Amino acid sequence: MKYALLLMGRIDDPLCGEDGGPDPEEFFAFDREITDAGVVVTSFALEDPEQAVKVESTATSDRIATPGPFAEVREFVGGTYIIDVEGIDEAIAWAKKSPGSLPGGHVEIRPVAPY
Amino acid sequence: MAIPSGEERARAAIAGVDRDAQARIVAALARRFGDLELAEDMLQEAVIRALDRWPGAGVPDSPAAWLTTAATRGAIDVLRRDAVRARKAAQLGADIEGRSAANDPAQLVADAEDDVIADDRLGLFSACAHPLLSVEDRIALTLRFLGGLSTVDVAHALLVPVPTMQQRISRAKKRISVLGIRFAPPRREELAERLPIVRRVVYLIFTEGYARTTGDAHIRDDLTREAIRLARVLRELMPGSAETIGLLALLLLTEARRPARSDAAGRPVALADQDRSLWRQDMIDEGTALAERAARSPGAGAYAIQAAIAAVHAEAGDYDDTDWRQIAVLYRMLAAYDDGPVLRLGEAVARGRALGPEEGIRLLDALSNDRVLSRYRPFHVARAVTLEELGRADSAAAAYRAALALGGNGAEDDYLAEMLGNLSASPESA
Repeated sequence: MKYALLLMGRIDDPLCGEDGGPDPEEFFAFDREITDAGVVVTSFALEDPEQAVKVESTATSDRIATPGPFAEVREFVGGTYIIDVEGIDEAIAWAKKSPGSLPGGHVEIRPVAPY
Repeated sequence: MAIPSGEERARAAIAGVDRDAQARIVAALARRFGDLELAEDMLQEAVIRALDRWPGAGVPDSPAAWLTTAATRGAIDVLRRDAVRARKAAQLGADIEGRSAANDPAQLVADAEDDVIADDRLGLFSACAHPLLSVEDRIALTLRFLGGLSTVDVAHALLVPVPTMQQRISRAKKRISVLGIRFAPPRREELAERLPIVRRVVYLIFTEGYARTTGDAHIRDDLTREAIRLARVLRELMPGSAETIGLLALLLLTEARRPARSDAAGRPVALADQDRSLWRQDMIDEGTALAERAARSPGAGAYAIQAAIAAVHAEAGDYDDTDWRQIAVLYRMLAAYDDGPVLRLGEAVARGRALGPEEGIRLLDALSNDRVLSRYRPFHVARAVTLEELGRADSAAAAYRAALALGGNGAEDDYLAEMLGNLSASPESA
């Protein structure tokens, strides 16, 4: 079954590679391990949330693009793995191994809908 | 005597597929297709088909195997028609085409004659007690699918309105399906983590029936009996597990006291005052033998120790004859597994019985700042009884009143009020 592992961070926490932030080497090591296990369908890392661009409809205008940072965003997705494993227990086991679930971050697991 | 008609024989054969066998069929289908709802629906359809076919064609040698095959075919048909469901099933590793191609009639007959149905109930137990489900959901699903009770019976047993229970079970089934909780038996490394949760669910089903003092007595008995039955199934599935043996022993030894636990008016009778000749000797014998086996087995833990405590009570001719020192030691061992306030109360009571009421009240008073215990009736009752033994009637009365003020069911209230009334109005001696 396919799951998205959303590696979440908080705006106020130090970023990856910064002092007190997670060590990028740990993410590379995890990436090698999960890739070698043959369960990764696809994966990507995202640039920092302040580089986000939001496209939305507002009361006065239709479909407007606004550059970040967005003050209301407290949590952001830093990267994602789509994995194909037997079931939720295996997905949880990978999320527990990920440095993304160390203190300061969390991994949100979302089952991929079968549509 | 009239020869039974084909229809009567068919009905009798269906009735012969007991709840255990049905749970096995559901477990096998759920494991294969990863879909509990499909498993349940297809078994139901297979039963309807059997009642239609068997009167004319004769009852097959193994009705359970026939039903399994028919339900499997039904599931495959459903999945062929429903692409989304099939994709989901395939994602979960479902075996849709099957080892025995469903369209090969010869293979179907061969399957139906093979009475060995794999026992996938451990996987079903594990899925129904999955930690991602709420405790209420785990209890309901275990009763529904391992116990084989109807949703209406589960609702009645748990004193929940039927529509609420229908909704709870259907939401929980959806959660299992959407999250991809698997029905395969847990792997060895998962087992150590999952089995305690499964045992806990069975234990909670028992306490739900045992602790309940309202409602229909018949329904309460059903729930404790069901928990014991589930504990037996679990023990059959995990014969070497000390804690599983301990759980079954604990439930049997506790249930054995039930006939003496309340009087004719339904009021509770304290352990000290129970008529021990009412205890169920058959359950005590079986429970004691199992408790001894559990205590000797590697991996003995909290259930094995609690079973040992219950066995010590069971072997005492009366309350004063009880080996309180041994019980106090067992409670101390129990603290290594579960340091809850209720256990500390148990240890304090046992040590008090072993060492005398002065020590007893000292130990109980040392617990009086505990927030859980201060709102726990048995704590105040234990203090009241101990104070009464010390001749401190006023303090005992205050403790009974503290217990009454907490509120509980009517039968308990009556009992406490009576105990309060029985206190002699003697002045404090201490």
